[in-house]
Amino acid sequence: MDAEARSASTYDVLKSHGVDRRRFMKFCTMMAAALGLDATVVPQIVNALETKPRLPVIWLHGLECTCCSESFIRSSHPIAQDVVLNMISLDYDDTLMAAAGFQAEDNRRRIMKDYAGQYVLAVEGNAPTADGGVYCTIGGETFLSILQETAANAKAVIAWGSCASNGCVQAAKPNPTGAKPVHELITGKPIINVPGCPPIAEVMTGVLTYILTFGVLPELDRYGRPKMFYGQRIHDKCYRRPFFDAGQFVETWDDDGAKKGWCLYKMGCRGPSTYNSCSTFKWNNGVSYPIGSGHPCIGCSEEKFWDNGPFYERLSSVPLPGIESTPDTVGAVVAGAALIGVGAHFISTEVRRSTQKNSPEQEGK
Amino acid sequence: MATRVVVDPVTRIEGHLRVEAMLDEHGVIKDAMSSGTMWRGLEVILKGRDPRDAWAFTERICGVCTTVHALASVRAVENALSVKVPPNAEIIRNIMFLTQQVQDHVIHFYHLHALDWVDIVSALKADPAATAALAQKVSPSWPLASVGYFKDLATTLTKFVQSGQLGLFQNAYWGHPAYKLPPEANLMAVAHYLEALKWQKEIIKIHTIFGGKNPHPNYLVGGMASAISMQGDNAINMERLNYIKTLIQDAMAVVEQMYIPDLLAVASFYPEWAAIGGGLGNYMAYGDVPENGIADVTKFRMPRGVILNKNLSDVQPLDLADANQVQEEVAHSWYEYPEGKDSLHPWDGVTVPKYSGPKPPYQQLDENAKYSWLKSPRWKGNSMEVGPLSRMLVGFASGSTEHKDVVMEALGALKVPATALFSTLGRTAARGLETKLCVHWLMAEYDKLIANLKAGDSAVADTSRWEPSSWPADAKGYGFTEAPRGALCHWIHIKDTKIENYQIVVPSTWNASPKDAKGQHGAYESALLNTPMADPKRPLEILRTIHSFDPCLACASHVFGPNGEKLAEITVR
Repeated sequence: MDAEARSASTYDVLKSHGVDRRRFMKFCTMMAAALGLDATVVPQIVNALETKPRLPVIWLHGLECTCCSESFIRSSHPIAQDVVLNMISLDYDDTLMAAAGFQAEDNRRRIMKDYAGQYVLAVEGNAPTADGGVYCTIGGETFLSILQETAANAKAVIAWGSCASNGCVQAAKPNPTGAKPVHELITGKPIINVPGCPPIAEVMTGVLTYILTFGVLPELDRYGRPKMFYGQRIHDKCYRRPFFDAGQFVETWDDDGAKKGWCLYKMGCRGPSTYNSCSTFKWNNGVSYPIGSGHPCIGCSEEKFWDNGPFYERLSSVPLPGIESTPDTVGAVVAGAALIGVGAHFISTEVRRSTQKNSPEQEGK
Repeated sequence: MATRVVVDPVTRIEGHLRVEAMLDEHGVIKDAMSSGTMWRGLEVILKGRDPRDAWAFTERICGVCTTVHALASVRAVENALSVKVPPNAEIIRNIMFLTQQVQDHVIHFYHLHALDWVDIVSALKADPAATAALAQKVSPSWPLASVGYFKDLATTLTKFVQSGQLGLFQNAYWGHPAYKLPPEANLMAVAHYLEALKWQKEIIKIHTIFGGKNPHPNYLVGGMASAISMQGDNAINMERLNYIKTLIQDAMAVVEQMYIPDLLAVASFYPEWAAIGGGLGNYMAYGDVPENGIADVTKFRMPRGVILNKNLSDVQPLDLADANQVQEEVAHSWYEYPEGKDSLHPWDGVTVPKYSGPKPPYQQLDENAKYSWLKSPRWKGNSMEVGPLSRMLVGFASGSTEHKDVVMEALGALKVPATALFSTLGRTAARGLETKLCVHWLMAEYDKLIANLKAGDSAVADTSRWEPSSWPADAKGYGFTEAPRGALCHWIHIKDTKIENYQIVVPSTWNASPKDAKGQHGAYESALLNTPMADPKRPLEILRTIHSFDPCLACASHVFGPNGEKLAEITVR
């Protein structure tokens, strides 16, 4: 049977859920806003959701901790329920699916066959490659073989989180299981890396809805990350940036600067070398983000961040100024030689700081 | 003729678990094997790193029970370095801990466990008016209970099924004879499945406020990084505190008006499960929610202790530093121990992984050989069950009136004797009852924080031992907590300011462990014995009991190795 013929479009399903045209249009407008898109694209979104069947998605779990799935269900706009019931058809996900055992594996094989070339493969975690892949097996098969088999007929692959995108914690030195990210194991398929430990919930649902809406994959940087979410450094958009520029830093935990929310650079903050949306979208529907709650960014969306520590040691060089820098232009500047201008900028802020006399706040009783 | 039932993957859990059950000619389980099929190597990775970073690494053991490993880790380092965190930090950690328990238990009930008892397809036949009447009877004060509400949901479900794309609900055991709920109860449960899914992202914002994000909020050795300033808008202040209070109040409504009534309603249809799945009868809790510092184990809201052979009149003390109490064995695990060693305390633990299972792809494992990536932890040689049931029983048996009250109330409502607790149903019920206690403790801890702030104390971190130059050259410590799934402990050895050895024994390793050298089953295996199965091809009964433990295999199957030796030698047989 033709997959297109038997599948209702997102709007069909919404309509049958009692969603009227007006609410549907409002939903599309909000979605455009959430994606940071101009109102002129709303008709395009409407058209997409009216005519397309729900996108089949197979969500595999390899070596991982399931934080990506947990993050995904924290999404506020859209909420996970809408994604799973109205936008995609989450046909395999061992964390959430009702079926188990061979019935679960039958689901995966059926989608691979019935929707060959049409389904999206979402991968959470990565594959151990040492010793024939025995460090992760599902249904008696290695995760490595399952990953390769399922990717073969996928339309595209989404690598959720740092495990799938760049290896994350089990690939930290000495990487005992030979864990490798998806892009080192799968070739010939478009792969979208959505790093972060985990990625922000609305980034995850944003990537999915972008694909659903526009029918194309988002524009990617040279690390395979969607530019729309990983195009700028946390530091460049951080609300504590003015304190950095003013030379006002937290010097020890819980000090006066910490109570005033000053810059965490000296406590090891990786914001200056981390490309992510934390300081714009923030976490859990905008409640806060690590720096906003007083802890330095540990750079969890960057390659090899586990081996770029210790976390509380300050970065030796900060790529500044130039807030328009992108990962493609800056590249590995942090690991490379310090920019002269950076040093100069930093010295100047230090000098400025030493000339300022900050009155210590008296904590109210 | 004996039948072997293999369930792999066991879904609706965290991580990768395989269960094999051997049935007799009557379809009753006579032997069972629980196999962790994943191994990640975290303890090897930790060796040589800064102990202050360990919480971030270990937190990534698990993103479902996120925070618990971070908490155990900072406590282990603080224990080794003799750091006492300020009262506010302890209260904030208690608040984050209790938030995790409440959120995780609700997710487990509705999203990981409910579909073992709730038949979604049967819900299609429900009458919306009758469902509304049922919902209003089960929980008179829960607002989402109108006829129109359930009518909309029934329409949604019907159209979803008619779309032909069943997604997560495809190919499950719908229509299985072991499903007993009437259609209306099933429809109500589906409604609450969706409501709980919306709510879980709210309560967890408490983590975001103190820890900056969830999953994986930030912790700090010595206290917390989230400074408090009641006179500013750039730290924890009145607005943030009000936010937390509102979230706790909402959580109370969800737990008391939705979760507990649903739990009791569903349980009332499955009385036979109060006599199935009991298992070991040995229960252990390390305890948590300190009221007077982590060192004072007598002042825990969740008491510590060990119960053997269901003997509630004797709660035995336990000592995590005693080399003769918690030990790990590898008789049926894919690891090797040094010559002459059968069991080792975590501080002395070694790991040489050695896979000797069948070469993938394989059809079955051999119960007489090694068959799991999990070791077999034992307490004084005994297999133990850990988790909410153990905690509730230890609390009950220790004489805590709070524990007694909620347990007796539930037993009364279900009209079952106390022995019903030793079962699959008892395990599932205990989790709900614990959630009720936790949500009240959450508010109590919030009140304590406010009281402490009123008294003029706003400190959140002790930095006296932050600099490695202040540390002893050699130090050992341990840090424990009660993860949602049970007793968790990290053991650390710090040498010359670096991690020399790091050992973790997690709840699902206790529960999902393979047999030991004496042939004693682990808790899952033991709980499956003597379970009658209606249809071995659709092993719903196995899922019910395994899910009642809330398995977390990423936790269980990290690694136990300290020495970073040559890691694996594969023998394919």
